[in-house]
Amino acid sequence: MTKKPSATADKKADDSVPSASPSSRAAINQQLGKEARIDLFRTMMRIRRFEERSLRAYQAKKIGGFLHLYIGQEAVAVGCCSLMGKHDHVITAYRDHGHAIAVGMGVNELMAELYGKATGCSKGKGGSMHYFAPDRNFWGGHGIVGGQIPLGTGLAYALKYKGLKGAAMAFMGDGAVNQGAVHEAYNLASLWQLPVVFVIENNGYSMGTSQERSSAGDLAKRAEGYNMAWGTCDGHDVYDVRAVMDKFLRLAREESKPAVVEVRTYRYRGHSVADPDNTYRAKSEIEEYRRTKDPIQVFQNTLVAEGVLDDALIGQIDQAARAEADAAADFAEASPFPTPDDIQKDVYWEADHPSERKSQGRLFFD
Amino acid sequence: MPVITYREAIRHALAEELERDANVVVLGEEVAQFNGAYKVTEGLLAKFGPKRIVDTPISEAGFIGMGVGASLLGIRPVMELMFWSFYSVAFDQILNNAANVRYMSGGLINCPIVIRGPANGGTNVGATHSHTPENVLANHPGVKVVVPSTAADAKGLLKSAIRDNDPVFFLENTILYGDKGEVPEGEHLIPLGLADVKRAGTDLTIVTYGRSVLHSLAAADLLQKEHDISAEVVDLRTIRPLDIDTVLQSVAKTHRVLIVEEQKPFASVGSQLAFMIQREGFDDLDAPIHRLTTVDAPAIYSPPVEIEQLPNPQRVLKAALELMT
Repeated sequence: MTKKPSATADKKADDSVPSASPSSRAAINQQLGKEARIDLFRTMMRIRRFEERSLRAYQAKKIGGFLHLYIGQEAVAVGCCSLMGKHDHVITAYRDHGHAIAVGMGVNELMAELYGKATGCSKGKGGSMHYFAPDRNFWGGHGIVGGQIPLGTGLAYALKYKGLKGAAMAFMGDGAVNQGAVHEAYNLASLWQLPVVFVIENNGYSMGTSQERSSAGDLAKRAEGYNMAWGTCDGHDVYDVRAVMDKFLRLAREESKPAVVEVRTYRYRGHSVADPDNTYRAKSEIEEYRRTKDPIQVFQNTLVAEGVLDDALIGQIDQAARAEADAAADFAEASPFPTPDDIQKDVYWEADHPSERKSQGRLFFD
Repeated sequence: MPVITYREAIRHALAEELERDANVVVLGEEVAQFNGAYKVTEGLLAKFGPKRIVDTPISEAGFIGMGVGASLLGIRPVMELMFWSFYSVAFDQILNNAANVRYMSGGLINCPIVIRGPANGGTNVGATHSHTPENVLANHPGVKVVVPSTAADAKGLLKSAIRDNDPVFFLENTILYGDKGEVPEGEHLIPLGLADVKRAGTDLTIVTYGRSVLHSLAAADLLQKEHDISAEVVDLRTIRPLDIDTVLQSVAKTHRVLIVEEQKPFASVGSQLAFMIQREGFDDLDAPIHRLTTVDAPAIYSPPVEIEQLPNPQRVLKAALELMT
């Protein structure tokens, strides 16, 4: 296995990677203290190492089904979720590990979920695509492309109904933008002026189909047809993600106006781990992105230039992230599976709360 | 006891629950300004205002998915499908999202939505508007399915449905909207999953629900008057959860079963009932279980012929007599 350029391997900044983006000057980034900047870097690193560890676990057959890795897209979830206030909410599709870590879910329960263990965040019942954390305003983790977008509009609807100053961020990939449900959600959001920011994580490919082969016209620009504000940003630059998203989140929270934001990003691995990734893009394209736009490398260079990070701290953060991911795998390995008796729990609220059940009759059948 | 229509019973249930719980919101096409395509929600906009009674664009996947999302944050949407036939354009939202989010989250979430509207044939509206999808809906663990046949049942069940913390699908009937019935005053709640013996009898059990209950009662009168046969009519009222015990008790008494349902035959609700009855009540049966369903074809338009495609009292009578010989 080729050694990926890791934070510890690069002792000096790669000249081809820019070290200071204009967005670093945006107020939302200027106001970040040193610890907060380090934390952004740390969270991206933790996501990267978690994803790499879960890939190894998948290859060791510890994980079944699908595994859609977020490697290369870390700055998007971290940048967006770092802006969350008390009444902001997040919902996304199946490439959800980054968002889960970014909102603060524990990696032990995330890894245990991948292993299908009872200690998983969804008790082993959801798997990779279905991470949820209501207490962190994180509403999944959804498998059907675009299916979560009307739900995101609903989160915004509820916020507005209750008079709460918050915004819903509804994430999707570039492959989702052509689903009918997404267009319906756009129309409802704009018609009713709901505080939702639709975030398109455009990694250039919808499984094996490039944007060029999928979508007529520019993605976020379609918002104009629905009278919605829109914008774009560089998803490899966490400062740019924050600067652009901050603007649209304020628009949502303060004026209850929806928007569509297209974030240009990239994934190094295939659509899922099962994707051989050899039919639709050149290896050189992946390497070029990794060399010049890796979001962790970009931000590392930025923070080194700012005097916030040095080699020692980078090393520490990387080691800690690896250790944390390994510990999560150990935790998952040691955890028990659910039993067949657990299969029919968590289906009906009423069945799970028998003392409060009002209905009668059989809820389940043989 | 006041006598009101099935339509009014539903409207009263909505109004009472809107009054009781500020989180209840009624959404759907034409529910507000138009006063409802079938006038079920007439007057509610004037009483509760546009925040509580919301006109949606024609966007079932969009607004139903939106309602599911809103329910995660405590809103209790009661969403109208102008025809339950339109469920298929929102299938993913209804039967993937609403039905599954609780399970996929390991029980962290629940989805207290109600989707209501008419599900019936018999109005010459053709194959795409005449669906009765209670079997398709009930096939999905996580959902509840209710099909009331009378005004009193409609009111009591809808109130329970709105208070239920799981997704409940409430299937009405445009032909029943004008039917009058006695409905108790005051707080009238009927639990989901409780069948009702609408007519006591001794010689056969007719298991049925929805408009077919009325056809079955009419046929039972004819059976008594013209053939001296005493039929017991069991109205399921709820498909899921299912009160199979009331059905089995009836079968233990009469030993013969006729299932009457406005369903296409393959994998209908009756198919599930027949399996359960023969499995759990085998020794009580004196004859194979019989069934009267919709004739197995898309809903025909031609008005007099559609009557013959659906269950009707004459077809029920004929099937009952087949069962008794």
